[in-house]
Amino acid sequence: MTPSTIELPVTADDYRIARYAAAAIALSVAEAALPSPLPGIKPGLANIIVLVVLVRHGWRDAAWVSLLRVVVGSLVIGQFLAPGFFLALAGALCSLGVLALARHLPSRLFGPVSVSVLAAFAHIGGQIALARAWLVPHDGVYYLLPLFATAALLFGTLNGLVAARLLAIPVAIPVATPGAAASSPAAEPGP
Amino acid sequence: MNQRIPDGLREMLAQATDAGHLPWRALMKSGDWLLLVCVAALVAASYPLLWRGGVADRAIVRRDGQLVTELALNIPRKYEVTGAIGTTVIEVQPGRARVLSDPGPRQYCVQQGWLTRANAVAICAPNHVTLQLAGRGGRNTAYDTLNY
Repeated sequence: MTPSTIELPVTADDYRIARYAAAAIALSVAEAALPSPLPGIKPGLANIIVLVVLVRHGWRDAAWVSLLRVVVGSLVIGQFLAPGFFLALAGALCSLGVLALARHLPSRLFGPVSVSVLAAFAHIGGQIALARAWLVPHDGVYYLLPLFATAALLFGTLNGLVAARLLAIPVAIPVATPGAAASSPAAEPGP
Repeated sequence: MNQRIPDGLREMLAQATDAGHLPWRALMKSGDWLLLVCVAALVAASYPLLWRGGVADRAIVRRDGQLVTELALNIPRKYEVTGAIGTTVIEVQPGRARVLSDPGPRQYCVQQGWLTRANAVAICAPNHVTLQLAGRGGRNTAYDTLNY
């Protein structure tokens, strides 16, 4: 096999982000198969991964995982550049903005549940704002707000609890090293 | 398959599904409870705030597009309007109104039954009479017009 002439250095950070993003994408694709009573009401399970990454590895990694999830998840289910993609992107961007602020909440009082609920509300806020401005330019959109807010409260709490449980496990998370990743055949198709 | 789950995540999942983990309640801090209570109160308040628009509080009766009368929807009563071909009888009950009888040949506005939502309208075209409900607050209405 001809060796590639372009060498892209892959860091441990890249492997870690790619693996978390893969988990988030798998969750969002699985969730796309769930029936929903109202378009836009979803559990948002991928946000559990984003929360865990935020706490473990910081906001930058969380932003990578969240945005990769939106782009690749929409490619997988064939929604890329469809209205749903832009709604998801608006929600993810708003939620990342809130996460950047919410992670500075005093951790003595506020745990992942608070962060998750705030992010869930930012998510629906971003989506409704975009829907009002672009897709349904009518105040009737706000009619659905109580339902979306109820879903955000419910799923934000549940996702936060799951993330809190994952984070409460007192295990040092091993960082995936390039060497360790190379030993798994799926991650390294190169020479 | 297991190989492809992030190492850290696999460990976390394995442990999270183990018995003997923390109870769910222990994962909530005091600030979390406070935030949840506040947010739940806001969500509960948003229902009456945003869903009030459809409630009607008065019936507007018109003939040839001209206002004949406005009836409050809190006292039951009957009202007669004389139109182009006869008399239309409007019946009002608390929260709703209907066309009780009409001289029109096809009785569409009578068969429409009770109107309950703001901006719902029953049109008795042959007699040139319309019955429309109106809600409080001009902006916060769910529909521009409702017909069946």
